[in-house]
Amino acid sequence: MNLILEGLLKAFWLIVSFDREVYEIMFLSLRVSGVAVLIGALLGVPSGATVGLKEFLGKRFLVSIVNTFMGLPPVVVGLLVYLLLSTSGPLGVFQLLYTPEAMIIAQLIMVIPIVMGVTISSVSSVSKGIREKALSLGATDWQMTLKVLEEARLGISTALIVSFGAAISEVGAVMIVGGNIRWATRVLTTAIVFETELGEFGLAIALGSILLLLAFMINWVLTYLQWSGLRR
Amino acid sequence: MEWVEKVTPLIETLDLSKSYDQAEALKNINMKVDRGEVLAVVGPSGSGKTTLLRLMNLLEMPTAGKIFFDGRDTACSDADRVALRRRMGMVFQQAVLFNETVYENVAYPLKIRAFSERKRDFNVRDTLKLVGLSGFEKKRATALSGGEAQRVALAQAMVFEPELLLLDEPTVNLDPRNVSTIESVILKVNRERGTTILISTHNMLQAEQLAARVAVLRDGELAEIGGAKEIFRKPSDFLASFGRVLNVFTGRCQLGPEGTAIIDIGGGVKIEALTTKIGSITVFIRPEEIIVSKSPIVSSARNMLKGKVEEILDLDQSVQLKVDAGRLFTVNITKRSFQEMKIDLGSDICLSFKASSVYVM
Repeated sequence: MNLILEGLLKAFWLIVSFDREVYEIMFLSLRVSGVAVLIGALLGVPSGATVGLKEFLGKRFLVSIVNTFMGLPPVVVGLLVYLLLSTSGPLGVFQLLYTPEAMIIAQLIMVIPIVMGVTISSVSSVSKGIREKALSLGATDWQMTLKVLEEARLGISTALIVSFGAAISEVGAVMIVGGNIRWATRVLTTAIVFETELGEFGLAIALGSILLLLAFMINWVLTYLQWSGLRR
Repeated sequence: MEWVEKVTPLIETLDLSKSYDQAEALKNINMKVDRGEVLAVVGPSGSGKTTLLRLMNLLEMPTAGKIFFDGRDTACSDADRVALRRRMGMVFQQAVLFNETVYENVAYPLKIRAFSERKRDFNVRDTLKLVGLSGFEKKRATALSGGEAQRVALAQAMVFEPELLLLDEPTVNLDPRNVSTIESVILKVNRERGTTILISTHNMLQAEQLAARVAVLRDGELAEIGGAKEIFRKPSDFLASFGRVLNVFTGRCQLGPEGTAIIDIGGGVKIEALTTKIGSITVFIRPEEIIVSKSPIVSSARNMLKGKVEEILDLDQSVQLKVDAGRLFTVNITKRSFQEMKIDLGSDICLSFKASSVYVM
């Protein structure tokens, strides 16, 4: 109990004293996961909408693949990206291993199936009536797709919240491809693992509570936007 | 008459057929809808009304045959079909609205047509006023009643001033007040804007009130097409079987002393008609051809019945009464007469109608 209290006090102190290392770690966490979710949304929402709205051969198979990948273990993703980016790997020439970019790539691979999967299901749940209504009122295919996305906005924003939560709290992949290098690729989760192993429980708890606080704040803002967007 | 031939119909079908899997929904439909007319498509459910309207709205492709819109073959590129579709509005049987405000719903067709902000605002407010929903702008469409939702759907289909309005049983399941609002809006846009209207319905009374011409669909085939008056004066058994014809009675017909036919329709009610048919017979009397009075009147009407008012239905412009005169009769009177005669539930009134108003089916 003492340990936890001590950790919380330390966390408070690290935050109010603007501890440079803690803030650097925090910002890197935010940057890596934020960029991964942003790119993931740019790729996952349009592709998910296309899959959700179009009928084609093998659609069911593709959807089940996407759904399976939604639960991809981060460690496995880390391993895969590591093999791709390592010097002898196919993408080794870019020398990305142990950089924030490698971490973004790894998280992106995790995020895309989540965004895509939730987008597919929320776009498909928009009734056929809505699609026909838009077309009947004179919408082009493109305008109809935008309308369906608008109708599915609750589901899609949920996808973004969920994937951001998964990305920022994930440790396996960023540990493998980032290497937890101090001042370079250390993020909140890898730092917690590291400090715990060193027995620095106070610092670990401090970083843990910062992570929780951050996740809470971001979810709160996104949920607020989601609701105000619905009520408009 | 020659010049008439040269006017292109707004929409025309040529041997139009549509099948779903094995079932044939429409078979060889040939019909023309002229600019500015109101045409009612009547038929029981499953007769192909919805399919016909969906094909005309270019939401589906025909299995065989063609549809011409303003003389243009609609079997064209997707972009051209969108351009043609933008010249018509459709109201579906079940109102589907977007999950946003009433204003945004009605503005949507204008937004995708890139109307200017000012024109958009003007048209939306004007159209909402037309359907009696001024003040509903900020309401969420999902919070509306069925009748209000259907009026919003009608506003969406009219707001861009289409040349053709396709209405698929727009008033089914609505209460009389909403029905009459929608009916009067339909007549108004036809008269004032010259909008061509194609309305499907299984309510003959509605078809007759709104349309000059009627097409009857039966099992996907065009059974009859022609002037509403001609078709409804002597409805076929088929039409009467689904058409919600009021005051339909079956009874035995005998020749009376003066050569007129006396029909015993049960409940102690005998009515006079002009027919030479004897034996079992089915007749109907149109509600608006029955004269209502507080006390017996002297007139040329051969039939006079006394009854009690059982039910009063406010139809906005008129009042519909159900009167028990041995058998239950439905009559329509104007609001003014209703008020002047001080009719209440249980009032004793007289019903008069001519022998020639009794139509034999």
